[in-house]
Amino acid sequence: MVGGMEEEERPHVLVVDDSLVDRKIMEKLFTNSACKVTTAENGQKALELLGQGEDKHTNINHHVPKISLVVTDYCMPGMTGYDLLKKVKESCDIKEIPVIIVSSENVPTRIERCLKEGAQEFILKPLKQSDVMKLRCQMQFTQQMKGRLCMGR
Amino acid sequence: MDAVSQLQRQFVEHATSLYREGYLDDQFTQLQKLQDESNPDFVVEVVTLFFEDSEKLLNNLATALQQESIDYKQVDAHVHQFKGSSSSIGAQRVKNVCVVFRNYCDEKNLDGCLVCLQQAKNEYLLVRNKLEALLNLEQQILQAGGSVPMIT
Repeated sequence: MVGGMEEEERPHVLVVDDSLVDRKIMEKLFTNSACKVTTAENGQKALELLGQGEDKHTNINHHVPKISLVVTDYCMPGMTGYDLLKKVKESCDIKEIPVIIVSSENVPTRIERCLKEGAQEFILKPLKQSDVMKLRCQMQFTQQMKGRLCMGR
Repeated sequence: MDAVSQLQRQFVEHATSLYREGYLDDQFTQLQKLQDESNPDFVVEVVTLFFEDSEKLLNNLATALQQESIDYKQVDAHVHQFKGSSSSIGAQRVKNVCVVFRNYCDEKNLDGCLVCLQQAKNEYLLVRNKLEALLNLEQQILQAGGSVPMIT
């Protein structure tokens, strides 16, 4: 595909949030930072997009997009962002994907819990362009560092 | 003063008063900054989603508070959503009512909740009218070939 190289070089972010308003805003924040964005309205759909849906074992030809980053809202009905984080970190295939938790509430115990479970970062909503630019730089840095010595946190 | 300048002046006056009177906060400015040539209707689209979302939430809240036996957790969930979306677009006064509303939910205070619901509705209608007027002015400026002034 002509020009396909550029497409593939953009990091692919998965945004998970039950709020349509927030999904739209986060999508724009990330596309403005030269990312490709897929959105999901709940944890279940997010897991399917990450190739962890119920047909995981039966559908070997299932094309799974290569997600570089998951950004999920904490408070969602059903599977919370924390539940989703746990599932990602417990899975063999996708535990390496960094997960960012976003929340409108500044609850220290909540933040601690998420970081302990392996969240890369906890960011307060509403997200700003500066938050996303910082994440974008981190993603670039991580990509460049792949194959070199492991960097501790 | 030509038509475009007049419209631009009206726009600046209207926008400035919205910020000064607390209807909008910096988050709305952030949204405007996100808009670009690749998505010139971004703000209108987000604001429209907010209107649709809000109307649904207000209806849900009214229904929830009319039940024989009120599920305050459910009421709180709706208010939390409303607080979130209003915060995301910068509708400060709506957001502030939601904060008080949630406290009444915690206390299971029906009267408090009903007062807040009314206030939330009023603030929502106010900000909706003002935003519609603002976005209308924006449209007119663009159609007249002018550029929309940035309010910092």
